[in-house]
Amino acid sequence: MDGTEAPHKKPILATVSLAGCFGCHMSLLDADERILDVLAAFELHRSPLTDIKRFAKRCDVGLIEGGCCNDENVHVLREFRENCDVLVAVGACAINGGLPALRNEIGLEACLTEAYLEMPTGAGAEGIIPADADIPKLLDRVYPCHEVVKIDYFLPGCPPPADAFWALLTALAAGRAPDLPTELIHYD
Amino acid sequence: MADEVTFFIDGRPCTAAAGDNLVEAAADNGVYIPTLCHYKGHKPLGTCRVCMVRVDGREAAACTFGVRDGMRVDVDAPELADARKALIELLFVERNHFCPACEKSGRCDLQAVAYHMHLTVPRFPYRYVPFTVENFAGKLLIDHNRCILCGRCEEFVRRGDSKVFAMKQRSSEARITVDLALLAEMSANEIAHAVHVCPVGAILAPGQGFDTPIGRRKYDTHRIGEITDGRD
Ligand code: SF4
Repeated sequence: MDGTEAPHKKPILATVSLAGCFGCHMSLLDADERILDVLAAFELHRSPLTDIKRFAKRCDVGLIEGGCCNDENVHVLREFRENCDVLVAVGACAINGGLPALRNEIGLEACLTEAYLEMPTGAGAEGIIPADADIPKLLDRVYPCHEVVKIDYFLPGCPPPADAFWALLTALAAGRAPDLPTELIHYD
Repeated sequence: MADEVTFFIDGRPCTAAAGDNLVEAAADNGVYIPTLCHYKGHKPLGTCRVCMVRVDGREAAACTFGVRDGMRVDVDAPELADARKALIELLFVERNHFCPACEKSGRCDLQAVAYHMHLTVPRFPYRYVPFTVENFAGKLLIDHNRCILCGRCEEFVRRGDSKVFAMKQRSSEARITVDLALLAEMSANEIAHAVHVCPVGAILAPGQGFDTPIGRRKYDTHRIGEITDGRD
């Protein structure tokens, strides 16, 4: 340090939902009026909340909802890793695949056959497994985020309560490692 | 009444009757030692090893020890806490524990002990090995995805002297099974007892569930170490 401190810059936050249900994002919004404090503390960049779809600047914090169920999820997650200093896996799906990972025990082929060829609701219809080049390809199983890229922190819950988001974001905004109190650690 | 003796937990003098189970004696002295297989007041099983402490310099499962005069017990040492946490993490990756979809969530000892340990993610990779869910004559469900093979059902659910549950096979093939003839005789209360004995959501009664909303269950409102008998 040469003594001329850079002016204090608002940390920049990015968020994304991969193989999730957007419940984690809804829970973040559930912070009620504290959401204004979040916006005061962070500049929100690439996120479904801003509809910014590409990284145009480096971000301090990336929140990842959902695990990786297809190749596009992997691509986006890697992009987040490249563009964010700190990545947080948020919610059960990001941490252990969550409900989408129930298919991990079934196998991809059996899963697609059941969904598109032998579906009970499609009696008589000719089944076809969608394979258009524009559709993301399903992975062999659903992967927790930390099996794809390095994840710095984990926020459990399905979804994590708004208070847990609040504790996480206030710690990160203050440059502290988040350490959730026991009451805020929930898996359901 | 057995003689009262003094023993030490992390250097602090504690008292108990000689021979008292160490997990219970510690709780009586305000020290919570996590455990999954121990069922208060019953003989120790020593299967889950989550109560690992150091007794007079040696690592041991606390539930298998009776208190002796002058015994020195280490509970809090970071390496012991980490070993206990690693055991819990192994259970989470060994089979498939999807808490949001489990009727026992909020009253599951495995989950509550993990909360107590501030576990946010296991250090081991998830295995995602398939396990079945068995429906026994519409009276009882066993979800093998969630069984931690503690043996509590086998030991503590009986009709007369007969065991209702048994463990078949070994190691990764081990599965809990139930005696169908004995199950047929079981009342709803006896089934509820079996559900209660299981520390996780592996034994369930069909058609029952979500009577208490998630968020208002016993481990939602209390930490496991505060509920002194570890059960509701
Ligand atoms: S079914 Fe429940 S009580 Fe029986 S061994 Fe499995 S976890 Fe333990």
